Amino acid sequence: MSALINIGYLVASVLFIIGLKGLTHPRTAVRGNLLGAVGMLLAVLLTLTNQRIISYEWIILGLIIGGAIGAALAIKIEMTSMPELVAVFNGFGGIASVLVAGAALLENTLGPEVPMMQLTIAIAASGLIGAVTFWGSLVAFGKLKGLIGDNAILFGGQQIINAALAAAVLALSCWVVIDPANGVAFWLLVGVASVLGVLLVIPVGGADMPVVVALLNSYSGLAAAATGFVLSNNVLIITGSLVGASGLILTQIMCKAMNRSLTNVLFGVLAPVGDGGPTADEVYGGKVKSTSPEEVAMLFETARRVCIIPGYGMAVSQAQHPVASLAALLESRGTTVEYGVHPVAGRMPGHMNVLLAEADVPYEALRDMDETNEDIDQVDIALVIGANDVVNPVARTDPNSAIAGMPIIDVDKAKTVVVIKRSLSPGFAGIPNPLFSLDNSLMLFGDGKKAVLDMIAALKDS
Amino acid sequence: MEMFIIGLTIFVLAIFVGFEIITKIPPTLHTPLMSGSNAISGITVVGAVLSAGSQHTMVTTTLGVLAVIFATINCVGGFMVTNRMLAMFKKKS
Repeated sequence: MSALINIGYLVASVLFIIGLKGLTHPRTAVRGNLLGAVGMLLAVLLTLTNQRIISYEWIILGLIIGGAIGAALAIKIEMTSMPELVAVFNGFGGIASVLVAGAALLENTLGPEVPMMQLTIAIAASGLIGAVTFWGSLVAFGKLKGLIGDNAILFGGQQIINAALAAAVLALSCWVVIDPANGVAFWLLVGVASVLGVLLVIPVGGADMPVVVALLNSYSGLAAAATGFVLSNNVLIITGSLVGASGLILTQIMCKAMNRSLTNVLFGVLAPVGDGGPTADEVYGGKVKSTSPEEVAMLFETARRVCIIPGYGMAVSQAQHPVASLAALLESRGTTVEYGVHPVAGRMPGHMNVLLAEADVPYEALRDMDETNEDIDQVDIALVIGANDVVNPVARTDPNSAIAGMPIIDVDKAKTVVVIKRSLSPGFAGIPNPLFSLDNSLMLFGDGKKAVLDMIAALKDS
Repeated sequence: MEMFIIGLTIFVLAIFVGFEIITKIPPTLHTPLMSGSNAISGITVVGAVLSAGSQHTMVTTTLGVLAVIFATINCVGGFMVTNRMLAMFKKKS
């Protein structure tokens, strides 16, 4: 019987691998996701036949409650809140690993025999990674939701405290391994790891969130793999390491798109601001041209090609639907409209793509950064909505700037640039953006959604 | 010890498989890939079900049931929301 279950687990693992592969191609993504779900169902059903299980009522109750909450969240969530939801789900995976490890420790220390060392190591690892994932994700959730400051929260001695906590975590792990029957050690480990999880994410600011969300995704996989070692269960080990690897790849992609190393993002050290770089007054002084929705509408009338560059500001003002309507209106007048999407625009990997898809923007109209830059000089109007650092030409021109070398969308090369923004306030990097004072730039100050709606009205009137 | 070494072997090999199958991801799929893979990491539910069902003590059962709830939210919610997102991408193509 146990052999049959294990073969079934192998089938489930294969389904996960094929499913995950499917998720990397647009045409196979839906099927990939379904295969993953089928694999999961299979794994759970097989587990229910395990002879260790004496009673089912609690399991069924847990499955029903969890399933209902999960389904409700998945159906109700607004697409603009996607980053928060992903963060929370990551965290739940982490806490589940902690709880399973805690239960396994108790089960294995009930009898007189001492549990094997590899088991206790796995239990410590599972509790540790799970707790870091859970609390890190909760902090990420709080930041994304705006419950705690979106900014990087830095304080003196942060690195030292983190190092001390890391040392404490290691020491407590050793204690768990040496004296597993002492339950205090494990829960103390979980407690200290929780503090570490909070402190690791607290210093990371808003625009770096895509990296953190991807990294926590990787951690949630590693937590599952550690739980696999606790239970000597291969399907958990395989699945956990697959997810760990995929999260790590996404993390790498995000870091590359910001031209920063992972340690640099995690320890919150953007190059010190204000040391010799030009001040806002020097950059903007008298050179910024402000415009009105009506004026932009007139520009649109003669434009043949328009490229829209969305940023986090579009998500904040929920402007994706008006933006799509504006694009449709322009297209109906014979203008070509495309979207240039920067890989780290928004608060999670692919954030802008999800929002635009929600607003029914056709997949073909979405172009990535390299495609957009290839022929941006042929674009009549580049319309920047709520983006700042990802279109700052300083990244290209000033090797001493905080964002030097970060790949950007070269909107400054378009014939005309229209920037919709609330004010001239700097973006996350905290530096002024010379784009706003270029000869071919026009600033449209105001809320993104309202500005776009006004443009639509002006276009319709003319 | 042998079980542990086998587990470790599988772990390392699966990481390589993970790196190999996820090669080039179009940016459009970054979010669905993340939420989909996250749902898969809810596989911890397998361990949770075992803890909840073996009824060693009150405490282990309670821990197990809580773990079942969290892991199931992770799986069910993750797969469903991924499906919802992918459906939005699909309907236009």
